[in-house]
Amino acid sequence: MIRFDAVTKRYPDGTVAVDSLELTAASGQITVLVGPSGCGKTTSLRMINRMIEPTSGTIWLDDTDTASMATHELRRQIGYVIQHAGLFPHRTIVDNIATVPFLLGTDKKEARKTALELLERVGLPPHFAKRYPAQLSGGQQQRVGVARALAADPPVMLMDEPFSAVDPVVREQLQDEFLRLQQELGKTIVFVTHDIDEAIKLGDQVAVLRVGGHLAQLASPVELLSRPIDAFVAGFVGRDRGYRALGFTTAGTLSTRGEPTVTLGAAIPKGTDTDTWLLVVDAQQAPQGWLDLGADFTGHETVSDELLYRGGTLATQGGTLRAALDACLSSPSGRGVVVDDGGALIGSVTAREVLELIEARETERQP
Amino acid sequence: MTVLADSTSSSPLHFAQYFLDHSSEDLRLLWSHTWLSVVPVVIGLLIALPLGWTARRYRWTYPPIISITGLLYTIPSIALFVMVPPLLGLDTLDPLQVPIALTVYSVALLVRVVADGLASVPEDTVQAATALGFRPVERFFKVELPIAVPVIAAGLRVAVVSNVSIVAVAGTIGLSNLGQLFTQGFQLSTPDAYYPPIVLGIVLCVLLAVVLDLAVVGLNRLLTPWRRAVPS
Repeated sequence: MIRFDAVTKRYPDGTVAVDSLELTAASGQITVLVGPSGCGKTTSLRMINRMIEPTSGTIWLDDTDTASMATHELRRQIGYVIQHAGLFPHRTIVDNIATVPFLLGTDKKEARKTALELLERVGLPPHFAKRYPAQLSGGQQQRVGVARALAADPPVMLMDEPFSAVDPVVREQLQDEFLRLQQELGKTIVFVTHDIDEAIKLGDQVAVLRVGGHLAQLASPVELLSRPIDAFVAGFVGRDRGYRALGFTTAGTLSTRGEPTVTLGAAIPKGTDTDTWLLVVDAQQAPQGWLDLGADFTGHETVSDELLYRGGTLATQGGTLRAALDACLSSPSGRGVVVDDGGALIGSVTAREVLELIEARETERQP
Repeated sequence: MTVLADSTSSSPLHFAQYFLDHSSEDLRLLWSHTWLSVVPVVIGLLIALPLGWTARRYRWTYPPIISITGLLYTIPSIALFVMVPPLLGLDTLDPLQVPIALTVYSVALLVRVVADGLASVPEDTVQAATALGFRPVERFFKVELPIAVPVIAAGLRVAVVSNVSIVAVAGTIGLSNLGQLFTQGFQLSTPDAYYPPIVLGIVLCVLLAVVLDLAVVGLNRLLTPWRRAVPS
């Protein structure tokens, strides 16, 4: 557990970066600090491992006042991940990961063995061990950065915009894997981001800070979306928060109806114009896209890849209401495709049905 | 052909013969020239490291440190050789006179190089090292210095090569090194010009400079395998 007790950071020129912050980051949970630039989120983070010293107030690490510890001792107990990974360019990947164990005097062979396991754990192949950071992509370096922070198995991890310097696709992968990793490890994590979507996706609780270092609201992501405490938080959380909040509600079992299909590579069905859109699946019954039966098929005998509309997203049975609604809205036929965990077709739902489900939930919630 | 065999020929091309005729003496001069070129650079680097670190760590000290050490380099070498003994209370022609003066020049060149080398270490890397729990001294030797090696090595090449030529100047005030070959040539040039020792001195100085330069390049390569790692 990390607890900020009336922590203030005032610079010599009078600027107040953090103003009497009271905040508890619970053990085993991800606490996200989010806010516009100048809100003191990074300053707050860096006061935890005393990269910045508070002007007043106390930061507690469990029952210990962090100010009472030697800084290097404190920092070695706290994993730290930064935006551009900050790997050591002159050390191999395996030695980068083993940095803190080396500092702690762990046997080199032992430390490297653990480092190799971590390399695998963050999803990198073992032959990367002997490479240097310059030989890795930004996303790969960031994975190494996470592995390095985990190497001495610290109970606490600080992460300063770790995923913001990589492209959106890689960012999403890294976020997903980070959540998976956290499920296994259960670290106490304080995570800084300026991206409210990232905060909502990753946080068990989210602290929204406003410029001048005031805590505006500390809440779970759902609560933040549904009950922003004031206009600032509402504005920061953003416009489609109602829609995004659906991402936290599971749809339960969707009552789907059967969807007629045609298999990829089969002959194009003719003479049925009752419905112009036909779902195309592969041999494993995994949906591939939609076929427009009203289209001109000159030159085509079978259902081939290039005839498909691939616009529709897929909802998973047991997934969120947001995914279910999005599947409907993105489907050219208006019917959202629902698949099982293995990706095989179950059936389809319409937006109307999903909305009825949402309304039913609302009525349940309000007695 | 008879002319070529004549070691007393004053042709500049006869430096090789001159060397063969006085090889033990010349090798001794070369050896002491080598030491005089290398040791002051090494000591100069050891002095420049804390100074360069200070200039980098406390930014306000950078301008004065760099200007003062830079000014030292503008003192003519012969004047510095002469001034060292009275300033430090040594005897004239004390064996330390020249090494001390040369160390001053090396420091003058290397302080800036060390400061700039440390500045070449990415800020992210320094921050990460601090946050992971390196103490300042550990961080300096295990992270900052190794990463600064390429920049420092580039400065060392300049220092070592320029030292080879400044050492030669010390030969003219009577110290035993390749510079004495120039004095000998000058003394033997009466009544007619006698070139072989002078050319030999130039050739050996150039060869020494090339060898020492290559040694620094080699050392740099040895210390920075990571610089040759190609992105894949």
